[in-house]
Amino acid sequence: MDFQYLFELLCGGIVKGSIYALIALGYTMVYGIIQLINFAHGEVYMIGAFVAFIVAGVMTLSGYSGLTVLLLAAVVAVIYSAAYGYTLEKIAYRPLRNAPRLSPLISAIGASIFLMNYVQLAQTPDFLPFPELVPEFEFMAPIERYLSSADLVILIVTTLTMAALTVLIKYTRIGKAMRATQQDLVMARLVGINVDRVISATFIIGSVLAAIAGVLIASRTGQINAAIGFVAGIKAFTAAVLGGIGNVPGAVLGGLVLGIAETLGAGYISSAYEDVFAFALLVLILILRPAGLLGKAVKQKV
Amino acid sequence: MAENKRSKLLEVRGLTMDFGGLRAIDSVDLDIFAGEIVALIGPNGAGKTTFFNCVTGIYEPTAGDVLIHPPGGVSRRINGMKPNRITALGMARTFQNIRLFPAMTVLENVMIGRHCRTATTIIDAILRSRRAVREERETVDQSYRLLEKVGLADSADEFARNLAYGAQRRLEIARALATDPFLLLLDEPAAGMNPQETSELDELIVRIRAEEQLAILLIEHDMKLVMNISDRIYVMEYGKEIAQGTPREIKENKKVIEAYLGEEVHA
Amino acid sequence: MAHLKRSFGIGLWFMFLTLPLVVVRVNTLSQEVQWRWSNLLWVGVGAFAIAWFWQFSINRRAAGRASTVADKPSLAQRLADDPVLSRRVLLGAAAVAIVFPWLVSTGQNFYHVNVMVSALIFVVLGLGLNITVGLAGLLDLGYIAFFAVGAYTYALLSKNFDLGFWTCLPLGGLMGMLFGVILGFPILRLRGDYLAIVTLGFGAITKIVLENWDTLFGGAAGLANIPRPELFGLLLDGRQKSVYSYYIVLALVALTIFVTNRLKNSRIGHAWMALREDEIASVAMGVDMARTKLSAYALGAFWAGLVGVVFAAHNNFINPDSFTFMDSAMVLAMVVLGGMGSILGVIIAALALKLLPEYLRAFAEYRMLVFGAVMVLMMIFRPQGLISDTRRKYDYDGADGANGEGDHGGK
Repeated sequence: MDFQYLFELLCGGIVKGSIYALIALGYTMVYGIIQLINFAHGEVYMIGAFVAFIVAGVMTLSGYSGLTVLLLAAVVAVIYSAAYGYTLEKIAYRPLRNAPRLSPLISAIGASIFLMNYVQLAQTPDFLPFPELVPEFEFMAPIERYLSSADLVILIVTTLTMAALTVLIKYTRIGKAMRATQQDLVMARLVGINVDRVISATFIIGSVLAAIAGVLIASRTGQINAAIGFVAGIKAFTAAVLGGIGNVPGAVLGGLVLGIAETLGAGYISSAYEDVFAFALLVLILILRPAGLLGKAVKQKV
Repeated sequence: MAENKRSKLLEVRGLTMDFGGLRAIDSVDLDIFAGEIVALIGPNGAGKTTFFNCVTGIYEPTAGDVLIHPPGGVSRRINGMKPNRITALGMARTFQNIRLFPAMTVLENVMIGRHCRTATTIIDAILRSRRAVREERETVDQSYRLLEKVGLADSADEFARNLAYGAQRRLEIARALATDPFLLLLDEPAAGMNPQETSELDELIVRIRAEEQLAILLIEHDMKLVMNISDRIYVMEYGKEIAQGTPREIKENKKVIEAYLGEEVHA
Repeated sequence: MAHLKRSFGIGLWFMFLTLPLVVVRVNTLSQEVQWRWSNLLWVGVGAFAIAWFWQFSINRRAAGRASTVADKPSLAQRLADDPVLSRRVLLGAAAVAIVFPWLVSTGQNFYHVNVMVSALIFVVLGLGLNITVGLAGLLDLGYIAFFAVGAYTYALLSKNFDLGFWTCLPLGGLMGMLFGVILGFPILRLRGDYLAIVTLGFGAITKIVLENWDTLFGGAAGLANIPRPELFGLLLDGRQKSVYSYYIVLALVALTIFVTNRLKNSRIGHAWMALREDEIASVAMGVDMARTKLSAYALGAFWAGLVGVVFAAHNNFINPDSFTFMDSAMVLAMVVLGGMGSILGVIIAALALKLLPEYLRAFAEYRMLVFGAVMVLMMIFRPQGLISDTRRKYDYDGADGANGEGDHGGK
């Protein structure tokens, strides 16, 4: 047994998993409140990455580079993803709030297809290299085999983001309103919470997290394309389901488990079937334990 | 019918249902005899609908026995059986919050009730075999007859969603009757009805019992309706059964009066 | 005035939204930056106009809800209610369909016939998915996988066992059905939206397996030299082959319509619809959920498998690229656009979605963009589809019922 190899895979899995976790949070928060699989969430992530790519691309071609550019690109990406997430909810989901359950889901699929093709047409369907913005930290040299500088940035940023999210949900006004709405939307409305605003805020927060994930992953893999949102979206959704959809810590746990499972599968079995492991895990969890690892089984009200 | 009068149809013993840590029903006993109309009353949240869901197979009870003794059939314990099997065995229900099939016609809604009494297969349906044609004919005729009984024959071809509220409740009853039950369970059939509609419902329930020769268990908040038509009444509060007896006994029962004191008694 | 102001604001908002993506194009490979400011103007004007119209439509929709207009009889409903007229229309359509290849093709040019064959293949797919999604309400996002099963079944059986087209046609359908049962069995008790995601996963897995299992499925390159349908050993030239394929798939379309129509108004069809409308009420009324759902799922898969064989035979060659999520989404768009459950609607939508991009080349590039938008807009403004499903009326006078066989069909 090659423990070094295993450890290498584990580190890779955790890095990958923390990205999944960031995207999964968006799914889980939206699902928790309006019971909708926001199918277009992966597209919001992709748009975040693409906007960052455009900013970073223009900047690097004008001669700037380094972490500052990455930061600036990330800020613009976050603003744009948030704006897209907000608009998406207003157009594609809000008019369907009281429609039969499948309607918003079909609308979400339509929105996802639309956004993907919109970026493809406005930009390009090809893969483009993402500028290298994370410098090689010298102190990382000894453990570079396990964790690159970009990986380190990912781990730090995701940890900080999740901490911030926890504070937001636990202690702020909007966070409390979100929790109340998640428990009982009708009741929350009755006690004077502006539910529409809470839902918008949820989409915005989810989109911000997705944008951060998009920028991080693009700067790590070093390439970008309009179709990256689709697969990342499904995997993040898998992570959300794995942890128990609607459950915020569950999404993080699910992301990590999925990331590790995928890397181990790819490392020990076959990298060509990497995506199959994720999907198979999704199918298995839904069949065996649809409430997820941390979720509680909910009895449907009759 | 006379000798049948006292034969037991439904026998519930120590029925208990937990949701997580919450005990929604706490060892409730209930019997229903042939030809009876029995009411299950109690304040909101007493566990009445959960009781229905346990008996009809929507939930699997945590403990206790639900036994049925169909007239002329085999007695069985039905805990944890799928709802469709229980319906096939002869118990049919309506829902508190109306659950019709809104984009199907009124007649089709009732025809669904015949599903478990017919056997047309996919192949039959594609080839329009003799059996398919005959069963369809019978299904349509019987469904139509039931619509006449509840006074909805004129709306047979309308979409169920376009019916008025009271009519939707009656359609639910017709749909349940289409399954040929020996016991009909009605979950707040008068909810949202005006006094005029309620008194019509009163007549309808009594008429159904007489014509279809079945027993009825109903959950209802409308005390006038309950006292009018019930042979016996069970009272639940906080998941427990606190009293049972004839309408007169229940009216004078101290516990029941206490249970209802805080609660507004719907007259 | 308020409308105008709002629309103006929305126009500005969309100009902001689209600013980086439609204006700047960075090519990090060639180190070029393109600034396309004129695009922004178009977005602004377009968003303004759409916002204007959108508010108008939303208000109208709200008004329509409030007054609960009795469902006006649609064109399809009126057709269905008038047996003489509907029979005439049907016969007319059938006549046109039958003479079509002779009208549009000459000795060398049979392009239109080939286009029509692909379109009709999608009509069958649309009608098959209509059973699963439209009638039974099971959202299947990996439907194209069953199409792939049929196509690869034929390609492999003809290559390895030398089986002919006509032997493989039913086998392809049965394989599709078998896969439907195997996959459907564990997943059909899942709630609607989970089911959608799991089927999406299955679709993706199917494609990955096809791409990577080179030894059996030929990998990304696919399988070539798949024999065309044979006709009693006759040698057919290119055009004749296409025309022959056309008639085969036309017959399949007819068969699908016939079967779906029979099933739709049967005991089983009613049970499907009841499950679509309300699962709990259905099981409480005695419908066996697992079995009924499985039958809808497997039957949908059957048609996909069947027509997959025709697809492989007509194209001579298949590879995994024909079986992507976008293809599943396109079939779904046909069902949504046409009207869930509506046979006529799905046929028209399938023909429109396949033929428009083919003949309006300018449109082809924007095809998926438009499909996506259409799916959103249909759900908001016309969830019943272009042609809403018609319900059959039954006559119930007991006396009339004696001569049961009569014309209850209303086909």
